[in-house]
Amino acid sequence: MGLVMTVINIAYFIAAILFIVGLKQMASPTTARRGIVWAGIGMVLATVVTFAHPEVQGTVNYLLIILGIAIGGGLAWWSGRKVAMTDMPQMIALYNGMGGGAAAGIGAIYLLQADPETASNVILTIAVLGSLIGSVAFSGSMVAFAKLQGLMDKTVHFPAQQWVNLGLFAVTVLLGLSLALSGGDVNNFVLLLFFMLALAFGVLMTLPIGGADMPVVISLYNALTGLAVGFKGLVLDNPALMIAGIVVGAAGTLLTQLMAKAMNRKISNVLFKQFGGSSGAEAEAVGGSLKPIEASDAGIMMAFASKVIIVPGYGMAVAQAQHKIWELTQLLIDRDVAVKFAIHPVAGRMPGHMNVLLAEAGVPYDIIYDLDEINNEFKTADVAIVIGANDVVNPVARTDPDSPIYGMPILNADQAKNVIVIKRGRGAGFSGIENHLFYADNTRMLYGDGQKAASELIHAIKEIG
Amino acid sequence: MIEGFVALYIFMLAAFTGYEIISKVPVILHTPLMSGSNFVHGIVLVGTMVALGHAATPLEQLVGFIAVILAAGNAVGGYVVTERMLEMFKTSNKGDK
Repeated sequence: MGLVMTVINIAYFIAAILFIVGLKQMASPTTARRGIVWAGIGMVLATVVTFAHPEVQGTVNYLLIILGIAIGGGLAWWSGRKVAMTDMPQMIALYNGMGGGAAAGIGAIYLLQADPETASNVILTIAVLGSLIGSVAFSGSMVAFAKLQGLMDKTVHFPAQQWVNLGLFAVTVLLGLSLALSGGDVNNFVLLLFFMLALAFGVLMTLPIGGADMPVVISLYNALTGLAVGFKGLVLDNPALMIAGIVVGAAGTLLTQLMAKAMNRKISNVLFKQFGGSSGAEAEAVGGSLKPIEASDAGIMMAFASKVIIVPGYGMAVAQAQHKIWELTQLLIDRDVAVKFAIHPVAGRMPGHMNVLLAEAGVPYDIIYDLDEINNEFKTADVAIVIGANDVVNPVARTDPDSPIYGMPILNADQAKNVIVIKRGRGAGFSGIENHLFYADNTRMLYGDGQKAASELIHAIKEIG
Repeated sequence: MIEGFVALYIFMLAAFTGYEIISKVPVILHTPLMSGSNFVHGIVLVGTMVALGHAATPLEQLVGFIAVILAAGNAVGGYVVTERMLEMFKTSNKGDK
C-alpha cells in the first residue's frame, strides 16, 4: 500500500469513528448539536482526501467531480436553508432519495465497466443488490416527497395492485439475477431495463401509501439507502462506505420500527394495506352535537382556570400559530395559570416533529410533556385546548374496536373538565374518521384559522386585564 | 481487496453498532436523528467520486456526474436541515428566552 493510500485509509478510519460517535451524540438532546458537527467534520475529511485517491484520474473527471459537488451541494444548501420547519419531512425524503440514486449510479458504472476477466459473481451480485435497493429508495423517496409537498394525489389505487407490484418485483429480480450471474459480460440493454423496472417498482410501491404513514416509509427508505451505500462500499473496496452505510441501515431499521410502534402501525400493514380505507365496518353513530364558542368566552374560561393543557397538532403548524400560542401561554403563566403542552408521539408529520416546531417558537423544554407523562393529568385540568389536532385525541381509539385507529395510544383530552377545540372547519381528520371528542358534552368548538383564533384569545385575555 | 469474511464481520459489527446507538433514543429526537442518519449515508459521495474518477466512456462519465450531484445533495442537504433542527434544541435547552 502506497503512502497516499495509507493516509487516505487513516482519514476514512477517523471519519468512520466520527460518524459513529456523532450519531451516538445525536441520540441525546444535550449532545445532539455537537453530534452533527462531528459527523460533518468526518464527511469533509473523507471527501477531501478522496481527491488524492489513486483511482480518481483524468482532468475531465476531476472537473466533473468539482462541478457536480458545486451544483448538488449548492442547490441542497440553498433549499435546506430556505425550507420551512413544517416541510422538513419531505426535504429529508428528497435528500435521502438523492443518496439512494447516487448508490444506484455507482452500481451502474461498476456494471458497465465489469470485465469478464476479473469480475466475480459475488461482487456482481452485491453490486446488483445495492443498485436495486438504491433505485427503489430513490424513486420511492421522490414519490414520498411529491406527496408530502402536495405535488400529487395522496393515494393511488388500481385493481390487483399488489399482484402487479409483485410481478414487477419478480421480473426485476430475475433481470438482476441474470446480470449478477453474467460473469461480467453485461448486456447493456438488460442493464437499462433492470434499472428502469427497479425505479418503476419504487414508484408503484409508494403510490398507495397514505400521507399519515409517510414518516414510517421515509424512515424505511432511509435505512434502505444506508444498506445500498454499505453494499457499494464492498463493491468499491471502501470501508468508510461499508461502515457508515451499514450503521445507518441498522439504525434506520430500528428507528423505523420505533416510529411504527409510536403510531401503533405494523410496518407490513403500512406497506401492503391501505389505512382506514373501506374496511366495511360502520363507524359508531355519533351522539350529541357540535357546540360552538366565542373566543371571548373561551378566553375567560382559560384566564380563570388553574390548569390548562394545550394539545397541538399539525394543523397548528400549518396555520403558523405556534408563536401566537406561545404568546398566549406566557399571558396565562403571568396570571398564575399552570400551562403544559401535551405532545402525542406522532403529532406533526413525524415523531418528534412537533417538538421541533414548538422549539422554533421558543417554547421551553420543561413545559412540554410526552403522552405517558401527561395522560393522567387531564383529569385535573380545567381546560384542554386542542389546536389543529384530531385523530390523536379521538376517544374511539379507546372505545370502538371497529375503528381503524382502535388501539392507538391517544391523549385523554376528553377527561379534562372543559375542552376547547380550535379548528378551521368541520371536516374529519387525516384518517377521515369522525372525532367523537368534538361532540362530547364538555367540548366547545372555536372555529377559525389557528393563528387568528389564538390572536383573538390573546385579545380576550388582555381585555380582562 | 477486503476479503469475503472480513467484509462479513465488518457488516455484522457495524449493524450491531447502529442498533445499539439508536436503542435508547427519546421520541422527540426521532425526526432529527432520522435526518442525521440520512446525512451520514451521504458518505456515498466518496463512492461516487471514485466511480466518476475512473469513468472511461462518456456514458460512464454522465452517470458518474449525475451520481456525484445526487450524493453531494444528500450530504450537504442532510447536514443543513439536521443542523437547523438541532440548533433549536440547543436554544430551548437553555430554558426560557
